[in-house]
Amino acid sequence: MPAATVSEREESQAMATPERTRTAAPLLKVEGITVRFGGIVALDGVSFDVESGLVAGLIGPNGAGKTTLFNCLSRLYKANEGDILIDGRSIVGSTPHAMPGFGIGRTFQNLALFQTMTVLENVMVGCHSRTRADFLGSALRLPWIRSEESRAREDAIEMISFLGLDDVAHVTVASLPFGTRKKVELARALAGKPRLLLLDEPAGGMNHDAVEELIALIHDIRERLGITVLVLEHHMNLVMRVSDKVIALDFGRKIADGTPDEVRSDPEVIRAYLGKDA
Amino acid sequence: MIRIAGLTRRQWAALALVLGLAVAFLLPMVVTDYRSFQFTLVIIYAIALMGLNLLTGYNGQISIGHGAFYAIGAYTAAIMMDRWEIAYYWTLPAAGVVCLVSGFLFGLPALRLEGLYLALATFALAVATPQILKYFDSWTGGVQGIVLFKPDPPFGLPLSQDQWLYYFSLAIALVMFWAAWNLIHSRIGRAIVAIRDHPIAAQTMGINAPLYKSMTFGVSALYTGVAGALGAIVVQFVAPDSFSVFLSISFLVGAVVGGLASFTGAIYGGLFVVFIPNISEEISQAAPWAIYGAFLLVFMYVMPSGIAGFLRRIGAWIARRNAS
Ligand SMILES: Nc1ncnc2c1ncn2[C@@H]1O[C@H](COP(=O)(O)OP(=O)(O)O)[C@@H](O)[C@H]1O
Ligand SMILES: [Mg+2]
Repeated sequence: MPAATVSEREESQAMATPERTRTAAPLLKVEGITVRFGGIVALDGVSFDVESGLVAGLIGPNGAGKTTLFNCLSRLYKANEGDILIDGRSIVGSTPHAMPGFGIGRTFQNLALFQTMTVLENVMVGCHSRTRADFLGSALRLPWIRSEESRAREDAIEMISFLGLDDVAHVTVASLPFGTRKKVELARALAGKPRLLLLDEPAGGMNHDAVEELIALIHDIRERLGITVLVLEHHMNLVMRVSDKVIALDFGRKIADGTPDEVRSDPEVIRAYLGKDA
Repeated sequence: MIRIAGLTRRQWAALALVLGLAVAFLLPMVVTDYRSFQFTLVIIYAIALMGLNLLTGYNGQISIGHGAFYAIGAYTAAIMMDRWEIAYYWTLPAAGVVCLVSGFLFGLPALRLEGLYLALATFALAVATPQILKYFDSWTGGVQGIVLFKPDPPFGLPLSQDQWLYYFSLAIALVMFWAAWNLIHSRIGRAIVAIRDHPIAAQTMGINAPLYKSMTFGVSALYTGVAGALGAIVVQFVAPDSFSVFLSISFLVGAVVGGLASFTGAIYGGLFVVFIPNISEEISQAAPWAIYGAFLLVFMYVMPSGIAGFLRRIGAWIARRNAS
């Protein structure tokens, strides 16, 4: 099954690249997503595009439906209506574990690390979708498994260095401070070499310096790794500074979509934020 | 790098491994045949517990039904040897495959169950096993069971039958522990543990959790099934009542007392399962199970992370004292 995921991904890339040059289809297309939890409408017909190579920001007050949208993008929630397309291919019929095959990687608002594993092991799990070792081959330690394993290890170490985690590579994550663990999550997501990276409140619980570092990091991820990023935050500051494009949600509806300046001066956005803060 | 008496952690582990292997190899030369037989059982239970450990320790799926897979392995061996007169060593791969498939198939519907509910489903398997064995009596010999013959050592080796079976079991155990070690320290092993630690994050990383959980169930049953086949060969007898619920519970007790998610833990667990009931009986003929219960309480109270976890903590404590 994991082998199928990998080939699926190669196939989707092979198919998608020429199409993208022809029609410039957005990397991510969200079409009229509606999600209901009993009586609550968490998302109400939300549509937007994220073009390849951008950093896009998703803002909205607490409870606006941002995490719900992310969970739809990673197939943890099923949308009641609407469609989500990656490079023109719908992901709505796929399972959560097929998402890395579509090139989607993510971090979680409340950390979701593998507590008993070291940093290196966590990040190596991030390589899962790009590797193929099976049960029998692994148990017998076949030569191709060993070389794949050492390549995965090198990739993981590269990501660990990218995030400056070299010193703690062999430390169990449970014993690390919160900020470091957030970086481990990011390294783990990057190890999957996603095309679209979803960051759920990456600045949550961070101080000013850490936020500055994060902003530089998001730029690096786009520039040096060539990854399209969708950042979700309820604080406007970070999103306004890193994003090429901002989508604003309130009560599950999209209220604005444009450049940071456009969205910042949008009356509905101002009202949503002032209304909450006042 | 922290050193204790000049050796690093790794070097200590290597030394312990070499010493352990040396003791394991010399043991039948210095003890009676009956003791060799008992230590053969320790090895066999260690394999079974390794299987349970893969499932419960590393993957977080609780089973109180592994006695059923042990029974399936044992009967596969017994039927092949008794009815089809197949050589004993061929029964091991057959038992392994039969249990791999049955474990996988049992694991599929069990995917819907978590924690205690899964435990109860496996318990149902354990409860049903003896009577199912009795029902198919034309194959299993019913209540009477099947009596087997002890194999002789091959190539005219100067060993007693018990000594030979000890070395045969030891060789099988070494291969199976080696394979389990490789598996756990691979992409697959990381996925198995990731599912235990955080199933949702694991899936987001591309791990097909249902498939991995069922496969882990299958591999776990394979280990326990091979142990069952070895057990049948060594004990030379299978009967439905040897595979009661108590066997399944003994396995879980052994896995937990030895130390979950630990390779040495499976060995300590094997020692516990074989020797603690005997020691209890020596202490009190009248109430051996009360003594057994007392042992269990003491072990759990003093070593809440199992014998392996306890020893690891002592090692860490010595290292810290050395460092400061
Ligand atoms: N699993 C769930 N079950 C019921 N309601 C939910 C669930 N997840 C989110 N909601 C509700 O959906 C709304 C949006 O929540 P969420 O997406 O977490 O907002 P945000 O991330 O923007 O703060 C909230 O009213 C929340 O209570
Ligand atoms: Mg949220």
